[in-house]
Amino acid sequence: MAGFPQVRADHKAIAARVEPGARVLDVGCGDGALLDLLKRERGVKVGGLEISSELAGVALARGLSVIQGDADSDLEVFPDDGFDVAILSQAIQQMRRPAHVLRELARIAPDVIVSFRNYGLWTRRLSLIRSGRMPGPGWAQAENILQPITALDMIELADSLNLTTVAMAPVRGGVVGAFRKSGLARLNWGADEVILHLRRA
Amino acid sequence: MPDNASPQTDALRVLALPEPLKLDCGETLEHVDIAYESWGTLNEDRTNVVLVCHALTGDQFAGSPNPVTGRPAWWTRIVGPGKAVDTDRFHVIATNVLGGCMGTTGPASKAPDGKPYGTRFPVITIADMVRAQRAFIEALGIDSLFCVIGGSMGGMQALEWAAQAPDQVFTSVPIATSASHSAQNIAFYEVGRQAIMADPDWCEGHYLAEGKRPSRGLAIARMAAHITYVSESALKRKFDRGLQDRERTSFSFDADFQVESYLRYQGNSFVDRFDANSYLYVTRAMDYFDLASRREGRLADVFRGTPVRFCLFSFSSDWHYPPEANRDITRALAAAGAEVSYLDIESDKGHDAFLLEEPIYEKALTGFLSANAELRGI
Repeated sequence: MAGFPQVRADHKAIAARVEPGARVLDVGCGDGALLDLLKRERGVKVGGLEISSELAGVALARGLSVIQGDADSDLEVFPDDGFDVAILSQAIQQMRRPAHVLRELARIAPDVIVSFRNYGLWTRRLSLIRSGRMPGPGWAQAENILQPITALDMIELADSLNLTTVAMAPVRGGVVGAFRKSGLARLNWGADEVILHLRRA
Repeated sequence: MPDNASPQTDALRVLALPEPLKLDCGETLEHVDIAYESWGTLNEDRTNVVLVCHALTGDQFAGSPNPVTGRPAWWTRIVGPGKAVDTDRFHVIATNVLGGCMGTTGPASKAPDGKPYGTRFPVITIADMVRAQRAFIEALGIDSLFCVIGGSMGGMQALEWAAQAPDQVFTSVPIATSASHSAQNIAFYEVGRQAIMADPDWCEGHYLAEGKRPSRGLAIARMAAHITYVSESALKRKFDRGLQDRERTSFSFDADFQVESYLRYQGNSFVDRFDANSYLYVTRAMDYFDLASRREGRLADVFRGTPVRFCLFSFSSDWHYPPEANRDITRALAAAGAEVSYLDIESDKGHDAFLLEEPIYEKALTGFLSANAELRGI
């Protein structure tokens, strides 16, 4: 790859939660930027799933193992406990079956890290009340966001799947806050994006 | 080569295997010739060898024109300087498969009694083809391959290599292939074989000794198989119901439609370059291919703990070896803990897409081979 790729703050924060040498699956890995970072900085064995063959091709060229497929239907390719950590970065809102996807991730790996845009953020709540419109770039255009969810929704979903919350962190303006075990209400109120580290109970 | 089904011209490079070859059927071939071609330079450490495996009707001329048939190289989009299989970087070798008819020992070759084998040739398997390639590679003084790559039956060989000799293969690239022939695959090839054997000129397999060729049967076999290599949408795009050199249908059985004319051409041009018995033997080898059968049906067990790094490709409109067949292999490899990548390429060109222009496929393959070459220090 030409030049040194710019590292996203949330990628860096996620990478910091992964044990060196772990086996990591990134679902919706895109061009493989996060996997590349994990491989370089944490020496992990990586795998990716990406729906776009073009992006998967870019990830291949980085020397990453990537399987082209749809998380909604193709996660069954991966065996039980095939990985130590499964990551779903900025992708769960694009899933048609988020509960199924999360259940599959917890089958594939004991640790699951999910990051997503938080619609519980107070400005988004206020914006809906004041304008009567869904927050964001306009729902009709935003075809990449199918499911607006809040941090509270996600934790409830995780609970229902017997996943405990190891830690959660807010992301605001590209800056990742500290990972904490508690403080969900405040997180749900103030975080633009949320990173959740879940574990099979 | 109408007069000589087994070309023995100086234009073919042939190596005689130093040892007899034991086959799955229990028989042993005492003398085996392997016809091959190569491009690029072998590096000092002998680590940059790419073995290209051909499909049913292919040959060793993946990267340069065939001097016997005059046909252009069959994989020009993939093999060559600056291409995915970069002959400036890799030493690329391709062999004609065991049972083939472009110089490697097959049913048209002479048996020890000096007459062509014909149907006296033993029934061979994909595993036998790979055993022959392994003996050939060893005879060249090469210990390991950087990559085994092939589409269709070539993909079966790429899988078989990884299964037989995991420590000698760094990467395996099976393309548009299957780990076992489906009932539909077997059915289509059986139609082809029956067409050949129903031709009176087949002479119970001994047509060479009789000075005949079952050209009509072989042409029909090719026509039937060719239908499975193209997608319905590609046929529609190319021909639809277009008429051939006429304004209206002729109320006869002439080739009224362009698609008929096209298939007849495919069939007739094939018989000049392919031996009918080879077609029987090689399609049989594909029918018998079932990698999982040697591990009680569990494909993952064939590859458990394999060090080989895999990259598979399929094409969305391929109904010969459809994406699901390739996804099944991917699933088994993932379950086996293998390093595996898989891309299903959106294409309307059917099975033959692996030979044709598909930019995303070419780019991804280039990326995979180049990243792994770096890893291997090539």
